[in-house]
Amino acid sequence: MNEIQILLVEDNEGDIVLTLEAFKELTVQHTVTVVKDGAEAVDFLRREGQYSDNVMPHLILLDINMPRLSGIEVLDFIKKDEKLKKIPVVMLTTSSSEADITACYEKSANCFITKPLEFGKFLAVIKSIEAFWFTVAQLPKSAA
Amino acid sequence: MKDVNILLVEDNEGDIILTTEAFRDMELVNNMSVVRDGEEALRFLRKQDEFAEAPTPQLILMDINLPGIDGKQLLGIIKKDEKLSEIPVVMLTCSANENDIDECYDKQVNWYITKPIDYDKYTKVMHEIEAFYVSFVPYHKTAR
Repeated sequence: MNEIQILLVEDNEGDIVLTLEAFKELTVQHTVTVVKDGAEAVDFLRREGQYSDNVMPHLILLDINMPRLSGIEVLDFIKKDEKLKKIPVVMLTTSSSEADITACYEKSANCFITKPLEFGKFLAVIKSIEAFWFTVAQLPKSAA
Repeated sequence: MKDVNILLVEDNEGDIILTTEAFRDMELVNNMSVVRDGEEALRFLRKQDEFAEAPTPQLILMDINLPGIDGKQLLGIIKKDEKLSEIPVVMLTCSANENDIDECYDKQVNWYITKPIDYDKYTKVMHEIEAFYVSFVPYHKTAR
């Protein structure tokens, strides 16, 4: 795997900036693509419209509360698609509701992470996601 | 401090010792149960026979190479079982074979991790799994 492709699905500008900042310090070669709502994420993954030439991600970071299509609906779409279902999905959300956590694991989210509100802790969480997924765990090949 | 029930499915005695030792060092209060093949794992998870009183694990660590039902088959069975599918499964294996990695993500493994052969590195990886799981994956409801 030469360069890791990451898809960040997030509508909150502040969270996008923080997440990208945390990724800047990553030593592994990577590209982060940001889409700002669930419907756009589905277009991206289906390579529709402006996304016809996209490169499929190795890892998806997905917020739950988004306009148009929620993160849980996007997760459901990914995990029911034969080609896409192998892409690991990390739910990264301000929700810590037990119903959301259970729903995401039932729909085969790879992990569910509650975003801390405090800046320093937020950065620590993003860094530990990177460390875990890119140095400890193995990622599947890109879904072509 | 969280109290976590972990199920280790592993037939290699050396790896069982290393894994239980590594987890014992951690601050986490955990209860690790060990089963040695896929059939035994299913009886444990379904609370059958000798496992009628078994706790439902919040995390499953599984080897790929097991006698009888192998790890990939066992993963497929767990992730298709409505009662068990929400339990996070870590495939912990010596294989870094790309096809194994892809097949496991296709079958909805939560994380695929290659076991280092070196003792210190092995312990470090176990600690990283535990730290990541405990700090950032909320303690989700125990499967019924």
